[in-house]
Amino acid sequence: MAATNSDAGRWRFPMTSTRYVLLFLAIVGALLMVYRLVVGLGSTTNLNDQWPWGLWIGFDVLVGVALAGGGYSTCLLVHVLRIKKFNAIARAAMLTSLIGYLLVMAGLFMDIGRWFNFWRPFVSWGYHSVLFEVFWCVSLYTMIQLLEFGEVATERVQQGWHKYIKKILPVLFIIGIVLPTLHQSSLGSLYVIEVGKLYPLWWSMLLPVFFLMSSFFVGPAMVTLESFLGARAHGHKPETGVLSSLVKISGYLLVVYLVLKIVDLFYRGAAGLVFAGNLEGNMFLLEMIAGVIIPIIICFNSKLRNSNAGLIGFSVLVAGGVILNRMNVVFTGMAGFMGGFYFPSPIEWGVSIGLIATGVLVYLFVVENFKILPGEGKGTGTMPLVSKDRTSQKLSA
Amino acid sequence: MSKGVLVDITRCVGCGSCAVACKMWNSLQYNNGVDTVGENAELAAEEWTVVKKAVVKKEQKTAWRFVKQQCLHCLEPACASACFSRAIQKTKEGPVVYVEELCVGCRYCMLACPYNIPKYEWDKTFPRVRKCQMCASRVSNGEAPACVGVCPSGALTFGDRAELLQLARERISSGGYINHIYGEDEAGGTNWLYIADVPFEELGFRTGITTKPLPEYSESILRLTPAVGLGWGAVLTGLYVYNRRRNEVAREEKISSVKKGKKK
Repeated sequence: MAATNSDAGRWRFPMTSTRYVLLFLAIVGALLMVYRLVVGLGSTTNLNDQWPWGLWIGFDVLVGVALAGGGYSTCLLVHVLRIKKFNAIARAAMLTSLIGYLLVMAGLFMDIGRWFNFWRPFVSWGYHSVLFEVFWCVSLYTMIQLLEFGEVATERVQQGWHKYIKKILPVLFIIGIVLPTLHQSSLGSLYVIEVGKLYPLWWSMLLPVFFLMSSFFVGPAMVTLESFLGARAHGHKPETGVLSSLVKISGYLLVVYLVLKIVDLFYRGAAGLVFAGNLEGNMFLLEMIAGVIIPIIICFNSKLRNSNAGLIGFSVLVAGGVILNRMNVVFTGMAGFMGGFYFPSPIEWGVSIGLIATGVLVYLFVVENFKILPGEGKGTGTMPLVSKDRTSQKLSA
Repeated sequence: MSKGVLVDITRCVGCGSCAVACKMWNSLQYNNGVDTVGENAELAAEEWTVVKKAVVKKEQKTAWRFVKQQCLHCLEPACASACFSRAIQKTKEGPVVYVEELCVGCRYCMLACPYNIPKYEWDKTFPRVRKCQMCASRVSNGEAPACVGVCPSGALTFGDRAELLQLARERISSGGYINHIYGEDEAGGTNWLYIADVPFEELGFRTGITTKPLPEYSESILRLTPAVGLGWGAVLTGLYVYNRRRNEVAREEKISSVKKGKKK
């Protein structure tokens, strides 16, 4: 840690039994990661020639990046469109996103076989590869997010830098929206080359559009879940009003997504496969009904949307739907062509769980030591909370 | 002119000489318990070519056919297009080669290949991608790949791709073959071509592959990146400036109204 400024006081991180468990999982995960880097992929994972990509790419990277999309969508709403009522959740959303991306980078690093060569694409430009775009955008965006976090960090450490970071923030915000827009969609483009391999319910030239849209509408869902969890942990009420209007933005996008999906299926002549009754068809139905249609119903029923249960239900379903969608693209949709068998090894699970535990611990530490959450512990009620002394009110100055 | 090999499945006797020659020329390991010829033969990290036995029906009678498998060396290889560090490259003579030093080990090439050819050294700490290199150094000297050189039955013919297509058409029109040159159009065409007397799907080939080169699918989307990035950036900048100005105006109005002593 950097030098502490005296008026900021001591760092605090009270350990609870949950945190001991998380710490244990994080340490086990870290040890497994070192072990994997030393002995290689074959002896630590169940990957094979039929299944070259598994849990780490599918869950840690594809799902991770999508769920971390709450950062750029919130940034767009708060800092570019300046919808004031969302200020309250901006910092938390962007912090989660930053941590998410750091975990994605760690997950990616675990997954590359020749990790000492990780820097190659920076100098040996395979610019015709979708992965090249993903690699550059994800690395640059992580850097941008670290700089954006500088605004928060310099309130406590290295305070002299605060005014300089404030100056470049507008540029960071805009680049920090363009980059994820590009790579959220390119994660979908990765599977465009699987022509005839990825099951037709998922393969489409619109994959990049679908991935981009879903990463955007899952943002409010993740922010909502995080707010509720945070509220419970820190004993204050979540900003239901803010979350409810945030969720509505998701809702509109979900409708467009659903319509686009249906049109695309008919256009490609794949609509008949939806009710084929096979594994692929059923998984697709599950994904669309539970992850898209039911959330739309919740969202456009104002009574449901303004209740805690409705908000939580919506968010769990949307996040689950996006996870299922990515898993379907990586596993269900590819299984028919790939053959063979893959189920993640205990080490793969251990690393993934360890990474998540690390992320939660880092989040808790930052939230408790920097100004992230508004009106902490004040019992703020359901009114939208735009606290003057906190979120970026000086940006326009 | 790009070089290629024509495989005439009707002439292959399944001797496996090609697999041995491949191992010798490329210094590959001989693995006990791993078949390079037969029904269980599968490509692997150290098996760059195998001869797969296919049991087929020919005029209602059972017959054996032998299918030499290896990388098909696409004219526009999806693996090379998918590689983000240029570790897989298409040479002008035809071979698609792997450059070990550049490889990061992401295995996207394995996913991109429409024929599932690239294999991985799963047992190594720093695994390489392994596949047939079409003996690129030999081909660049005008020589045939090692496997072609040893084939005793005349099943393999090395030459210019255009001439091989010509030869394939002549053989097909002489009778006894099905009318399909596998690799002429598959995934935009390959440098290795096959002709056979039974349908290719019965021989275990993947058929119904798009004839459009695979890189075109992703590159048509990738080409939009700069425009989308710049356009979106411009829109965001515009919105940012507009909303900032609007906020300033709103604040000034508020301040002036406060100055006038009115409550908001």
